Amino acid sequence: MHILVVGGGMGGTILANNLARRLSGELEQGSSKITMLSASDKHMYQPGLLYVAVGKMSTSELYRDQKSLLESSIDFHVDPVEKFDLDNNSVTTKSGKKISYDILCIATGSRGNAEGIPGLAENSCQFYTEADAVAMYKKLSKFEGGKVVVATGVPHKCPMSPLEITFFLIDYFKKRGIWDKVDLHYTYPIGRVHSLAPVAEWAAPEFDKEGVTYETLFNMKEVVPGKVISEEDSSAEFDLLVTVPPHKGMQVIEDNELGKGGFIPTDKKKLNMEGRDNVFVLGDTTNLPISKAGSTAHFEAEALGENIAAIVQMGEPVRDYDGKVFCFIEAGDGKATYAMFDYNNPPNPQAPTSGLHWFKTAYNRMYWASARGII
Amino acid sequence: MTDRILVDAKNTFCPGPLMELISNMKMAEVGDELELLSTDEGSAADIPEWVNKVGHEIVDSFTEEEVLHIVVKKIK
Repeated sequence: MHILVVGGGMGGTILANNLARRLSGELEQGSSKITMLSASDKHMYQPGLLYVAVGKMSTSELYRDQKSLLESSIDFHVDPVEKFDLDNNSVTTKSGKKISYDILCIATGSRGNAEGIPGLAENSCQFYTEADAVAMYKKLSKFEGGKVVVATGVPHKCPMSPLEITFFLIDYFKKRGIWDKVDLHYTYPIGRVHSLAPVAEWAAPEFDKEGVTYETLFNMKEVVPGKVISEEDSSAEFDLLVTVPPHKGMQVIEDNELGKGGFIPTDKKKLNMEGRDNVFVLGDTTNLPISKAGSTAHFEAEALGENIAAIVQMGEPVRDYDGKVFCFIEAGDGKATYAMFDYNNPPNPQAPTSGLHWFKTAYNRMYWASARGII
Repeated sequence: MTDRILVDAKNTFCPGPLMELISNMKMAEVGDELELLSTDEGSAADIPEWVNKVGHEIVDSFTEEEVLHIVVKKIK
């Protein structure tokens, strides 16, 4: 049985390692094989970009060699897929190789798409690539005061990031001693300051306490120099626009017509691509109405690892993905909290503590063990 | 008329039904109808508020087996 994992991000890496351990006997005997195809020989810790943007982490801390994170039994190649031929169970890579599979796992992720909103890329700073996060830090370093607007596109990766960057900006400006020269204005697409009602109920009074103003039901339509205009016919003027851009799935998914916007229609419990029993999807690549976050990819990968191993060994999957998500929330001032929920249980976040902030700081380093499947 | 686009946001908390509707609305064509399914008790108020504010159209709204169905037409 040949299992092909396309994508070497968090989801693909945890899944491939999980499968390599569960199927160690089959891999040793040669009755099964795991191949991973990725676009890069490096693995990025994407949540670290938020810290790079405010000078709390260096860029060298973001990367490890992908091969060093993988079990040695995984056949890893830097050769991204360009064509998916699902009817014939094969893919064609950038180098022109045609690779057949019995089970395909697609974990290609998502990307910021500031270009989707006219004027946004040219007039804002953001932190979803290394180059953008570094450019944002440089811009912040030169900023001496004025109106700062935080604006968020839809859909976006990491639902906590609009709040986290706002609290980090407060910390950053206070540390530089220019907070009294900054007017910080937060905007958000829906009718409260965060998707999760309990998180919004906690964050809004925190904003009030710090003097951060906010406007909800604000969806960016266009940005011109110094002004962001919303679809709701409102606008906000700025000296510095910090944005969480709208996201899309990867171009290869769109090019192969696997899903609108690059997001593949996926069964919410079995995680198979709709209409395909031997194609599984995880992480940001799914169209599921749940958080596009590393923890989602992590828990999906664990469920899929168990199921795919069971399919190889017994012919049937053994469990459903329950929608589990666990997100840390950096709350500024050296504190953090978290939100944990699944399809059946809503989140109930607690008051931020310094202990959770230090745990999150530790997790930023423990991530590499998590990607290897050790924790 | 094209087929309705189903947005099943039942039992989801983050990003939640309204964010899912906005997201799917961006990918839809003008004239498309989207049927949002929600079990979030706030949806009955916040979804019409956003739809009206932006200038789309609520085509239908009903509750069936404790699930709110809101059909929205993309106008612009």
